[in-house]
Amino acid sequence: MFGPAIIIFRETLEAALVLGIVAAATRGVDRRGLWLVMGVLAGLIGSAVIAGLTETIAQLADGSGQELFNAAVLGVAVLMLAWHQIWMATHGAELARDARQLGSAVKDGQRELSAIAILVALTVLREGAESVLFLHGMAMGGSSSLTDIIAGGALGLAGGAVIGMIMYLGLMRIPLRWFFSVTGALLVLLAAGLAGQMARLLIQADLIPSLATPLWDTTALLPTKSLLGSILHVLIGYESAPSGMQILFYAGTLAIIVTCSALVKRRQTVQLLKPTQA
Amino acid sequence: MMNMRLVIASLLFTPLISFAADTEFTLVIKDHHFLPSEIRVPAGQKVKLIVENQDATPEEFESHELNREKIVAPKSKVSIFIGPLKAGKYPFFGEFNQATARGLVIAE
Repeated sequence: MFGPAIIIFRETLEAALVLGIVAAATRGVDRRGLWLVMGVLAGLIGSAVIAGLTETIAQLADGSGQELFNAAVLGVAVLMLAWHQIWMATHGAELARDARQLGSAVKDGQRELSAIAILVALTVLREGAESVLFLHGMAMGGSSSLTDIIAGGALGLAGGAVIGMIMYLGLMRIPLRWFFSVTGALLVLLAAGLAGQMARLLIQADLIPSLATPLWDTTALLPTKSLLGSILHVLIGYESAPSGMQILFYAGTLAIIVTCSALVKRRQTVQLLKPTQA
Repeated sequence: MMNMRLVIASLLFTPLISFAADTEFTLVIKDHHFLPSEIRVPAGQKVKLIVENQDATPEEFESHELNREKIVAPKSKVSIFIGPLKAGKYPFFGEFNQATARGLVIAE
C-alpha cells in the first residue's frame, strides 16, 4: 500500500503546490473557485485520455512524441503564467486595494482566470496521466490487491493535497502589502522552472543540444529526489545537475516575463500621469 | 590544394561522425527487471538508449543522475538520448517497479 502511496504522493505534489500558489495568487478575483475546480476536472479527464493514448503519442515524431507532447504542454503552461504575470502588472494594485474590502472582487478578471484554469488543467494532466498509467499497471500486474492500490492512491493523493493546502494557507498569511509581490515572484520562478523542464525534454529527444552537461552538480548537497529537492524542483525549478541549455531556457523565461511586466507597468503609470487635455 | 585538404579533413572526420551517430544501446525490460542491468557507454559523447518494454505493464525509465525520465508503454520501444557524460556511474530505475527495476550506466 505504501509503494503506490509514495508514487502518487510524488505525482500529486507538483499539481498540489501549483494549485496552492495559483489559488492564492488569484485572491480577490471574482469566481476564482469555479475556474480552479473546472481546471482540475478538465485535467483529470485529460489524464485518463492521455494515459489511454500513451502508446500512440509515443510513436509520433520518430519515437519522440512523448517529449514533444510534454514540451508543448509545458510551453502552453509557461505562456499562461506569463500572461497572468503581465496582467497582474496592471491589475495588482487594484486587487490589493479591493481585497481589503470584504466581499469585493475584481469583475474583469475572467479572461485572466481562464488562463489560470488552463494552467491548472495542464499541470494536473501531466502528473495525472502518469498516475493513471501507474495505478492501471499495478492493477493489471496482480501483485497487489485492488483495495491496497486504491487505499495507497487515496493516501498519496491526500498527502499531496495537504501540502498544497499548507502552501495556500501559508501564503494567505502574508500581509497584503507584500502578498501579490510574493505570489508574483513564485509564479515567475514556477514559469522559469517549467521552461527548464521543457528544455530537458527537447534535449532528451535530441532536438536541441544540451550545451555544458551538467553545468554544475549539487547532487551530494541536495539531490533532486529528496523531499526538499522535489519541492524546490516544483517551486523554483531546482535541479541538482542541470545542463547549460536548461539554464538558458530558465534565465530567458525569467528575463522576458520580468521585462514585459515592467514595461506594461511603466506604460500604464505614464498614461495615468499624463495631464488630461481639455 | 585547398580541395585536397578538405578531402583529407572530411575523410579524417567521417568515421568519427558516423560512429557518433550510431552509438546505440538497447535495454530490455522483462519481469520488471532491466536487461542488461549494467551498460558501458563511451564518455564524452551523446548516446542513444533504446528501451524496450516486454512486460504487459507500463514502466517509467527514470534517472536523476542522467536527468532523464520517460514512460515506456507495455510491449513497446522508446528511444532516449543521454550524455555527453563524464566518466562515472549513473544509476537508473523503473519508477513503477523500483524494488526490482534497477540498473547502471557506466560511462568510460
